Parts: sequence; C-alpha cells; structure tokens
Amino acid sequence: MTIRRSLRLLPVVPSILLLLLFLLAPVVWSFYASFTDASLSGKAARDPQWVGADNYVRMFSDDSFPLAAWLTVVFVAASAVLGQNVLGLLIALLMTRSRRAVSSLVGTAVVAAWVLPEIVAAFAAYAYFNRDGTLNQLLGVVGGQGPDWLYSFPMVAIVLANTWRGTAFSMLVYRAALADVPRDISEAALVDGAKGWQRLTYITLPLIRSSIATNLMLITLQTLAVFTLIWVMTAGGPANASTTLPVLAYQEAFKFGDIGYGTAVASVLILLGMVFGAVYVRLLREQRP
Amino acid sequence: MRRPVKNVAVRFSAIVSVVALLVAVTSCSPTPEATQSKTLKIVYQKTDSFTALDAVMQDAKKEFEAANSGVTVDLQPIQANDDDYGTKLSLAQRSADTAPDVFYEDTFKVRSDVDAGYLLKLDSYLEKWDDWSAFNEAAKAAGRADDGGIYAVPLGTDTRAIWYNKAVLQKAGVSLPWQPKTWDDILTTARAIKASDPNVIPFNMYAGKGTGEGTVMQSFYELLYGTDSTLYDEKEKKWVVGSLGFTDSLAFLKTLYDEKLAVSPAEALDANVWKKVFGEWFPQGKLAATVEGSYTPSFWQKGGAYEWPGYEQDMAVAMFPTQKGQEPGGVSMSGGWTLAVGAKSKNPELAFQFLTTALNKKNALAYDINNSQIAVRTDVASEPQYLAANPFVKDVSDLVKVTHYRPATADYPRISSAVQVATEAVITGKQSPEDAAAEYDATVRKLVGEDKVLEK
Repeated sequence: MTIRRSLRLLPVVPSILLLLLFLLAPVVWSFYASFTDASLSGKAARDPQWVGADNYVRMFSDDSFPLAAWLTVVFVAASAVLGQNVLGLLIALLMTRSRRAVSSLVGTAVVAAWVLPEIVAAFAAYAYFNRDGTLNQLLGVVGGQGPDWLYSFPMVAIVLANTWRGTAFSMLVYRAALADVPRDISEAALVDGAKGWQRLTYITLPLIRSSIATNLMLITLQTLAVFTLIWVMTAGGPANASTTLPVLAYQEAFKFGDIGYGTAVASVLILLGMVFGAVYVRLLREQRP
Repeated sequence: MRRPVKNVAVRFSAIVSVVALLVAVTSCSPTPEATQSKTLKIVYQKTDSFTALDAVMQDAKKEFEAANSGVTVDLQPIQANDDDYGTKLSLAQRSADTAPDVFYEDTFKVRSDVDAGYLLKLDSYLEKWDDWSAFNEAAKAAGRADDGGIYAVPLGTDTRAIWYNKAVLQKAGVSLPWQPKTWDDILTTARAIKASDPNVIPFNMYAGKGTGEGTVMQSFYELLYGTDSTLYDEKEKKWVVGSLGFTDSLAFLKTLYDEKLAVSPAEALDANVWKKVFGEWFPQGKLAATVEGSYTPSFWQKGGAYEWPGYEQDMAVAMFPTQKGQEPGGVSMSGGWTLAVGAKSKNPELAFQFLTTALNKKNALAYDINNSQIAVRTDVASEPQYLAANPFVKDVSDLVKVTHYRPATADYPRISSAVQVATEAVITGKQSPEDAAAEYDATVRKLVGEDKVLEK
C-alpha cells in the first residue's frame, strides 16, 4: 500500500524538483551570498569571503535602507491594500448592479491595463505622468498647469500607476466571490429593513472574507516584488525618493556590483513577504475554526 | 487518521531515490562532442547612437575568418548603456561557460576586473606583436594593472571640453572665439546670454545620478580638478576629503542651477537629458554651451545618431578653465575603452590574434574617425584622413596636455556615485554645498575606511 501511494505521488515529483531547483535554490544561494562580500568585480569576485552579519549591520547604519523599507511598506499599503483591493471591490460591487453593457465596458477598460506586459504598462505610465505627458496636457486643456509628477511626487505617481495596473486582478477575484453570495440571505436582510451599507458590512463582506484574504495575500506579494514599473518610471529617484527594496537590491547588486549587500536586501524582502504571508494565512485560518 | 511520520519519510526517500536514478541515467547518456572547429566569442557594446565598434567588429570578423579557416567568430553585441553593459559583461565573466574570449572593456574597470581574475595578462603576447610599438606611452598605461602587467589594449581615448554654439553666443554679443579664463568668466558670459535671450539655456553642466558617469566626467571633475584640490591622491593612494575645492565645485553647480543658467533640476535628473543636448537643444540653438566629450561630432556627422550638417560651422570648442585661472590654465578628463582577452578563454592565442586584427591600423583608423576618438596609435594620429575627420580633431587632441584620469580602483564606482548624490542634493536644493560635501566625506570614510582618506 505504501508503494502504491508513493507511485501515486510520482507525477508531481518533477514539479517539486523543478520548484526546488529554480525557486528554493536561488533563495538559499541568495541567503548564503548575503553573508559574504561577493561582488561583480575586484578581489572579492574571485574569492568571496565570509563576512558574517556585516551586510546586515551595514544595512541598519545606512540611511538608504530604512528609507527603502518604509517606502516599500507605503507602496504596498497604498497601491495594493488600499488602491487595488478597495477599488477592485468597489468596481465589482458596482458591476453587480449596473447594466450589462456598462459592466462589460468597465470590465474591459480595467482589464486592459492588466493584460499589458509590465514593461509596456510601465512605459505607458511614464508617458502619462511625464512632464510633457498626457496628464499634464489634459490639465493644460482645462487651464491648469500640472507639476512634474515623476520628479515632484514620485511616490504618488508609482502608487497610482500600480493601482491602475493591478486593480483588474482584485476586481476579477471579487466578481467571482460576489457571484457566489447567495441572494436569499441578502433579500432576507432587505425584508428585515437592512440598509445597503448594512447589508454590505454584515452580510456580503463576511461571506467573501476568505476571498478578501486570498486576494490581499496575492496582491501584497506581487506588489512587494514590483520592480520594472518603478525602474522605468523613476529609477528610484529623485534622490532615492521612490527607491523601494527591490530597486535598492538591484542598485546595490548590479549598479555597484556589491552582490553580498544586494542579496542581503533581497533576503530582508523575502522575510517581509513571509511576514505578510503569515498574517494573511492566519486570517484565512481564523475564518474556519 | 494520521500516518506515522516515519512512513512519510520512507515514502519521500523512495521518491527521491527513484528520481535520483532517473537523473543519473539521463546524465550518463553520451552527449555529442562539440565539433572540432573553434569558436571565438566576442562581446561588445552597440546602441542606436554607437555603431562604430560594431562596424569594426564585422570587418574584423570577415578578415579573421578568411585568414583562419575553421575558426568561427561569434559576435555578441550587447545593447545597453555603459553602466548596464558593464554589469552584463561582469555577469558573463563570472563563469567560464559564459565568459567571452575578447571583449570591450572600459579603462576605469581594468584594474578591478584584473583583481577579479577576468582579464588575461597580455605581456608575452604583446612582445610578439610589432604594432604594439605604434601605441603611444600614455595609452599603453591605460591597460596596466597594479602588478605592472598589461591586460588591455586601448581602442582610442577622449577628452572633455566646452562645446558652444557660435551663433547663439554671437547673438548675445559675446566676442568670438570664446575662451573663459576662470569660473567667473563662465558665469559672466552665461548671465549675459540669459539677459539677452531668456529662452536660451546659457551653460549646462550635468548633475545628479540620472546621467551617471556623465555627471562626474563631463561636469564635476572639470570643476574639482581645476581647484587646488583633487579627488584621489595617487601618491599616497588615498581619497581626499574635507577639501575646499569640493565645496566650491558644488557651489558653482548650485549657482548655475539656482540662477537658471543650466536646465531645470527635473530635466537634469532625466537619464536621457544628453540626447536632448545633442539631438535638440544644440541644433535648434536653444543651448549656448555645455561640457561634453571629444566624441561629440560622432553624433552630428553623417551617419551619426543626430545628423546636423551645420555643426562644423556653428559649433566651437573651448578649454574648460581652472577655478581662478591657476596653472595649467585648463582642465580636461579622459577615459576611453579597450579590448581585452578573457582569462578563462580556451583559445587565448587565437583570441589575441583576433584582438590584433580588430586593432590593426585600418580598423583603428576607421573606428577613430567614425566614433570621433582621439587616436592612440601614432601611425593613425598622423594620417591626413584622421586629421581631416572633423574640424575639432586638433582642438580636442591638444587637451591631452591638461587631462586627468579617474582613479581606477575597485572602490571608484561607489565614490563616483557618492559624488553624483552630492551634486543631486545641491541642485535640487536638498542640501547646501557645505552639507552635501560633509555627507560625501562621511560616505567616503564609511566606504574606504579611515586609513584610506586624506584631509586636504
């Protein structure tokens, strides 16, 4: 019986192996490299030395790391948890009430940003927020004069861009979830005299709670890793004002050739992702005692 | 019902052993031997505005394959800016499987890449190459590492100067030819231009991290090396901190940007600002002057990225002055690129032969002309065709007398970045020149350690 069970697992073995090889191995290597002075050039490239926790110590004495960690949290909270999540839910709720034509039109518009390859979306956002870009030209039509968004408000620009790009995912998740909410409960509440917002907070939201948690987890992890969008739009600038952890890790590892420090930043990013993941998994669990 | 843990472990190990067996079996099957013909892998940079090297490599490939039957030259141009090219090259060099045989290498990276074990020592090969004696002595030193050996052969070098639009200066009533003697002369002229036409950018100098090495090579070092201070003390092998020259240089940039004599800070921080300088502002007469490299005509000449037939008449070159006109009266910076052979090359002899083909007189001449480089081969430098390539060859070649080289240490890229950060902080008004200089000093101390800095 044991053997038969093992055989039954055999088909998933290749995927497990591939995951180990291509997902876990780089993570382990990166973690290991963060304790060395590995670099792209110089003596340390030939013969990297074990430097213990030096890279981590440096991280906390370096001004750019705490700033990048803070900006990462701001970016995730503003563009994923608030932006994509709330906007996605709102659009999904409105779509359940709107006419079919309107809802499919809105759906297409929102999903269009999502199906674009990241680099294309990034350039589109760059062209939109640029000093002579679409946004400022539109403002010019109504007589206003917009600032140089990417320079004066880089975080606002990348948060809006990421919200624009990612809302479709949350919208799709919530549309599916809302479709599963049984109508009769809602109708019963209506008969009992519950107002619209009461039905939403006491019935709909609790019923789709697990979808909310799953969605939050997915978009948080996705947003933590956003690199191309920021790199194309602001390259982390001006003066590190939009340097999140992935951008910082890239700059350290590849611009300055300090792979040891870059991987240390990346390791912290992985830890941050795990913390977020753990919180959401707990949320999911609490739901079904 | 829960299964005992032991059982799970047994099952898992059974799976693992089956898979291990599979892997072992497949890897035992014989892989076909690579064909005996030899392949040389050549890596270099190619961009929409830099195709001169690609043309040389294509020619060298033809020549070399015709002369060596059975050898295939595999050209692998990398389309990227200087920084990204360097990163990609370093990544390829980390493993013998991906390391190129011959590659295009920036002079300021030679020493740190030799330390990394990426470059092959060429001394024994150069002895047997007759053309080596045609290279001038300063150029030969460009490929020398700390151990005294030569690891790279230069393609050409460059200098930096003030490029100005004669028509724009004339309109503002500046007498030509213009040659400022001090920093104040520059400001005086720039203010006069601003007063006569507020829409013209009078005197731009790069600043901030956006333009990367351009910020230091084509702007800040012209200032710093023209003060009584310097960046790095070559004798003591120490980095200079706390110098008045550094603060003064930042203050000069601040004046340029505060008085709007340069572009707006937002434009300066755009990594593509140099494209506007060459492609729009100079040809359209919107920019009076800037500091740029001797390769400038390569953008405007026929076949260049921003063809501008009028540049020979409209543009002129001036030497960048020292702060108060002190000796030697001017400043320039030089860099330049080389070709090198990979230390991990399987055919070093052939690779070196390819290098000599790519750098022979004919190819070097073509490259120096098409890329507006300053020749490093004396036989090329005396070619009439080279001297007549553009009207500025003599002007920019003369600057070799007052030129400086970057300290090519392994720490250099980070120091350079710290300088760029300081300029960015000053032009955006985030910090005063004094504060930015103090932060630079602190960064340098942290980067290289207390024993490698010098108060000056």
